[in-house]
Amino acid sequence: MSGSDVWSQIFDFSDYGALLVLVHNSILAGALLGVVGGLIGVFVMTRDLAFAVHGISELSFAGAAAALLLGANVVAGSAAGSLLAALIIGILGARARERNSIIAVLMPFGLGLGILFLALYRGRSANKFGLLTGQIVSVDDPQLLTLVIVSIVVVAALLVIWRPLTFASVDAEVATARGLPVRTLSIVFMVLLGLAVAVSIQVVGALLVLSLLVTPAAAAMRVTASPLVTPLLSVAFAVTSVVGGILLALGGGLPISPYVTTISFAIYLICRVVGARRDVSGRSDRRGRAEAASLGFRP
Amino acid sequence: MAAPVLELTDARLRYGDRELWSGLDLQVRAGEFLAVIGPNGTGKTSLLRAILGQVTLTSGRIELLGQPVGRGNDRIGYVPQQKPLDQGTPIRARDLVAFGVNGRRWGLPHLSPAERRRVDEALDAVGATAYAKAPVASLSGGEQQRVRIAQSVVGNPALLLCDEPLLSLDLAHQRAVSELIDEQRRRIDTAVVFVTHDVNPILGMVDRVLYLAGGQFRVGTPDEVLRSEVLSEMYGTTVDVFHSRGRIIVVGGPEGSEAHAHHIDEEKHA
Repeated sequence: MSGSDVWSQIFDFSDYGALLVLVHNSILAGALLGVVGGLIGVFVMTRDLAFAVHGISELSFAGAAAALLLGANVVAGSAAGSLLAALIIGILGARARERNSIIAVLMPFGLGLGILFLALYRGRSANKFGLLTGQIVSVDDPQLLTLVIVSIVVVAALLVIWRPLTFASVDAEVATARGLPVRTLSIVFMVLLGLAVAVSIQVVGALLVLSLLVTPAAAAMRVTASPLVTPLLSVAFAVTSVVGGILLALGGGLPISPYVTTISFAIYLICRVVGARRDVSGRSDRRGRAEAASLGFRP
Repeated sequence: MAAPVLELTDARLRYGDRELWSGLDLQVRAGEFLAVIGPNGTGKTSLLRAILGQVTLTSGRIELLGQPVGRGNDRIGYVPQQKPLDQGTPIRARDLVAFGVNGRRWGLPHLSPAERRRVDEALDAVGATAYAKAPVASLSGGEQQRVRIAQSVVGNPALLLCDEPLLSLDLAHQRAVSELIDEQRRRIDTAVVFVTHDVNPILGMVDRVLYLAGGQFRVGTPDEVLRSEVLSEMYGTTVDVFHSRGRIIVVGGPEGSEAHAHHIDEEKHA
């Protein structure tokens, strides 16, 4: 295969208008998933749950593969698997160290189960790969509806618990002292995270969920510490990655996930560079002000 | 005399067969500064956890404002040990203070103009206005503790619980932070329960001390409690209390009791 063949397989924009009409539902769903991933990612980062996202997604994959084998609704199977994983991690893994070992134990088990179910499955092989690497373009209408409903539920619930969840996430000790139900909030969050992972898997696949639920928020946090700007940027980055990924992937016959992950990664790199430059100037600036303040303080 | 903010009646706490304290009667009034001191493992932090409802007394009662304590309380302000927050925590200093105003409310982190004013005032009162908008993780330990004090007092708490808030701070910041706590308790007339292994930084401010050691306790003014006879009796061995340049140095107690002289070492680690 020549270089230009590879190139045209990755980027092919012939018949683009016709394709766009076919997938406009998928683009809307992708944008909604971007909102879900961008918002929940902020808490994934603050609560140090990136590894948990990966663990949940492997069990979600097992649930989806089981559903495929049994002819059940794949989104429902995927949600069942990720909710189970999220609750196990949430209930047993209150401390980071315990949590990591539980995840490390669950993850290969989930992946193994998933591979078993896929091996037993005799249907279309594209369905198999879709679970691992993403396939929004082939999501059918009833599944799309499920995605939209679950996404709306997750976003609405997050907006309701946003403030106490932020308090409990960054400052659990004081939040507990003030009478916040920190433990309950943490379990509720894990349920929402399970749902978010289950719907994200339909777009980017089990292996690449982190690019939607972690990378955009991580990028946003490199450039801002504002509790308002962080989620807005994170959502903007996630939506750009998903929608951009779908649009670029349309022409070629390749899965969309490499496009999504590449855009998401590029945004992260840019934010790191911007953040590093600002840190250098910001730190010296802040240092100066802090010293001025401490001089003003009586000895 | 006004009803006490915090009242312990015949309180007793034991873990398994280890009794931390028993028969503890204690009343703390509004505006009073109580220091809880003593060596490690004598139940200082457990006392705070009992007040916060995180451990249950073996017997006896704890009441806050006349009500039995529950799991946490929004009339309590809390200053924890200084622990560095993770880099990248998406919170600025003023957002941490804002949690003290409305962190328990549902919804998005929006402040009304009146609430914003209270946050500004609290930041100003602890001298943290200059770095109010800096990411809280980028602040030094002393700066973070100032912000935490602003957070703890911004909700006008009836009771301010401080759990070793000076730990890992250098001497200058120990002094600044304890002066701030003292100022704030006078400003809002809050009762202060201040757990520390080293009474010296707050010696000039405390009204009474609760000294825990060897399964016993003593309550009284620093002059009544921090004496050679009293501590010798508690430790069951000869203990000398020296006064030197306004500092108290305890010599001769068993493991951990010499902690009063420790913070010179700690300062090197800070």
